[in-house]
Amino acid sequence: MSKSSIQFSRRNFLRTSSLASGGLLIGFNLFTACKSDVKPPVDLADLHYNDFNAFIKIAKNGAVTIFSPNPEIGQGVKTSMPMIIAEELDVSWDNVYVQQGVLDTKNYTRQIAGGSQSIRFGWDALRQTGATAKQMLVNAAAARWGVDASELSVSEGVINNKAGETLSYGDVVDEASVLEVPENVSLKEPKDYKIIGTDRRNVDIDKIVTGQPLFGIDYKEEGMLYASVLRPPAFGQELVSFDATEAKALPGVVDVIQIGDKAKALLGGEKVNWTAQLSGSGKVVVLAKTTWDAFKGKKAIKAVWSDATPLESTEFHDEKLTALLDGKDFVTMRKDGDVNKAFAAADKVLERTYESPFLPHNCMEPMNFFANVTDEKIHLVGPVQTPEDAANTVAELLGRDVEDIHLEMTRMGGGFGRRLYGDFVYEAAEISDAIRKPIKMVSSREDDMSTGVYRPAIKYRIKAAIKDGQLTGYQLKEAAINGNMYGLIPNFFPAGAVENYQVDVANYKSNITTGAWRAPYTNFLAYAEQSFFDELAEEMEVDKIKMRLDLLEKVKGTDDERIQYSPERMQNVIKMAVDKSGWGKQPKGTYQGFVAYYCHNTHVAEVADVQIENGLPVVKKVTCIVDCGIVINPMGALNQIEGGVVDGIGHSMYGSFGFENGKPTANNYDKYRLGRMKEAAVVETHLVQNELSPTGLGEPTLPPAGGAVANALKAATGKRAYKQPFIQDVELWKVKEEEILG
Amino acid sequence: MPTYQLTVNGKAHTVEASEDTPLLWVLRDHLNMVGTKFGCGIAQCGACTVHVEGNATRSCSLPVASAVGMSITTIEGLSEDGSHPVQQAWKEVDVPQCGYCQAGQMMTASAFLAKNPSPTEEEIKDAMNGNICRCAAYNRIKKAVGVAAEKMA
Ligand code: FES
Ligand code: FES
Repeated sequence: MSKSSIQFSRRNFLRTSSLASGGLLIGFNLFTACKSDVKPPVDLADLHYNDFNAFIKIAKNGAVTIFSPNPEIGQGVKTSMPMIIAEELDVSWDNVYVQQGVLDTKNYTRQIAGGSQSIRFGWDALRQTGATAKQMLVNAAAARWGVDASELSVSEGVINNKAGETLSYGDVVDEASVLEVPENVSLKEPKDYKIIGTDRRNVDIDKIVTGQPLFGIDYKEEGMLYASVLRPPAFGQELVSFDATEAKALPGVVDVIQIGDKAKALLGGEKVNWTAQLSGSGKVVVLAKTTWDAFKGKKAIKAVWSDATPLESTEFHDEKLTALLDGKDFVTMRKDGDVNKAFAAADKVLERTYESPFLPHNCMEPMNFFANVTDEKIHLVGPVQTPEDAANTVAELLGRDVEDIHLEMTRMGGGFGRRLYGDFVYEAAEISDAIRKPIKMVSSREDDMSTGVYRPAIKYRIKAAIKDGQLTGYQLKEAAINGNMYGLIPNFFPAGAVENYQVDVANYKSNITTGAWRAPYTNFLAYAEQSFFDELAEEMEVDKIKMRLDLLEKVKGTDDERIQYSPERMQNVIKMAVDKSGWGKQPKGTYQGFVAYYCHNTHVAEVADVQIENGLPVVKKVTCIVDCGIVINPMGALNQIEGGVVDGIGHSMYGSFGFENGKPTANNYDKYRLGRMKEAAVVETHLVQNELSPTGLGEPTLPPAGGAVANALKAATGKRAYKQPFIQDVELWKVKEEEILG
Repeated sequence: MPTYQLTVNGKAHTVEASEDTPLLWVLRDHLNMVGTKFGCGIAQCGACTVHVEGNATRSCSLPVASAVGMSITTIEGLSEDGSHPVQQAWKEVDVPQCGYCQAGQMMTASAFLAKNPSPTEEEIKDAMNGNICRCAAYNRIKKAVGVAAEKMA
């Protein structure tokens, strides 16, 4: 079993200082604290604001303000991360105020929201920070009373001594600020938690329900112009020339300019570089006094485009991916034993292919960014998941020092992976640099959907060898557009459970931009793999659940360090799912589909219940078992879990996106179907109770959902879904005759 | 550019805008009321929902000229202090994930409940089906509409 231990050195990340207004400021760099190779700051006496990305401020009146280091994209980290600090600091949550940390820093390594990792990486560092701060305050009180710190106790921000005297944190902040940062503080036992594990509302809830400006698209400055960008309409095309006469004549339009050359010089060249594709071609920018005028102006531009690289279509991608699967151009990601020998010796070989389309992210808040470039500085404001990368690239793009850049992150109207890519930040910066005015680039929905960084289209071919009633060989082949599965995915289940096991990948380099999409790769792999396991069980005539449990049994006690999942935790969620979903005991007319999956450090099992209504199968309910270790904020966790399941069902059911001559086949919600309330299944969640380190929840419940639905559809209709979106598989919707007849 | 007299959240405003400007952009860009959100611009997602004479209306598809003389309510004016039963219910149920769609959801819900104060679950789903939530917080939205109905009873 691999253990993700996090090195930790307090001295390197935590500094304190007193505030001019009175009070204590504790600065820490959460993410360097999580890294083992961190170097101490050059001058320890110099508490430089820029070296830190998170702060705790304790005022003289005892109020605690926590500046949350991570941007909020809807995963709830702006609430849950401060909860961890407050727990160890031992203060009442009612006294805690949370603000988005200012991110004008040089050292915001890992300050990204993606991969459900924020909580996992922050867990140790956040607890240590809270506990260290508490110890400093206790030490200050001990010094004042002239007693040993070990004689004191703390409850909700009040320090008590044996004589029954009390001091509040606010009383001792000034003394604490000049004390040494203590080493070796002790952390609470989970049984003593008062905040962690309790329901806490989203810290921005009051602002959200009253419509306060919170999002990037809401940000404004005096004299700011709105910028609408005309990008190539098809992937592969480049700007030749344009006529802006009509656009410029429109009321409200201030100017029309061309950008993109700088980005092309810096980022261009690589055919499959998303930044080059999205940023590296000539683009026409309309600057106007309102967003509407800018949108209108853009429509009035007459542009001529050339086909710089071949314009690709879905049919073409389909052929390419099939050719890759049939071919020999694979890179092997993991190989145990010899699958070919296993296939040759097998009694039976089962092989199936599963496919999925490109998908746009469709964040509800379209891409946008504010930029104000002056000789003195570059002010950037907006929703981006990778501020460090964005700042560095902008500095390079404009030939400026990164120190000139002041980047502020806003709440994000969804991320799903799209805001990991900073193309919209570069555009905003390049536009403002060209006209030297504050501007906000705003994409329309059409811009957003048709110039995206899509989930790549993928096909999986899975082949299994069965010998003497046992699974003796398992080979997974992946053919994808541009990238391939990375990192640890080849070591997920069933790696370790099958003697002869191989994962091979191949890709076609396309000029369509692709990238991470909520739960990259696993978002589709889980469906393919878990559909296959059901087929395998049918082929082997064994119980579906027992087959999974038996395979996991073989992994127990493995010394293979690469194996990521825990067979024990996986078996546990499977057994719980059987129990809680009434598996096998469902009433007549309900058909169930089972999935157990590990990804993003979290073990999940889901059971989908499908019923036939008006002759069509409908997903009514999903029972979801989640083992994510300690749950920081159950109220927020359940929201994430349910959202992941409903989103997973929606996209596998309806998500349809392709290309025709390089042009996306959908560019707004009239042509792209997203799941809506009527289609939302009821989600019944059960959290595994344990005291293991927490993992994130933004992603792991999404991948299994598609598989659970596919397996339930098979039970209901007798048909197997091999292709997403399921809605387009007409055969699938023909229900067994006896069902319709009742 | 022509000028228009608008009544938003009980206050009179005069704006100068091209005549085809949707109410959405007048609210957001001219009047600095950014609570009303832009999602699709083609009346498909509901993020821009406001009340026009008490009816839930897609402000992205209503030209400013058509809004003159009407009483317009936005999320900023749903209540003075976030005390509208729908806002209370949204807080209680802790509905938002990213939160971006929620102003539109609340405006649709509040107009609906004003006309149908004790809806069935099916009626709630029908009423809310036009509002997309990309984070798929649908189950909580549905629950919160029910909670709001109880509060209004
Ligand atoms: S923005 Fe108006 S309905 Fe989508
Ligand atoms: S909460 Fe994110 S779109 Fe609804």
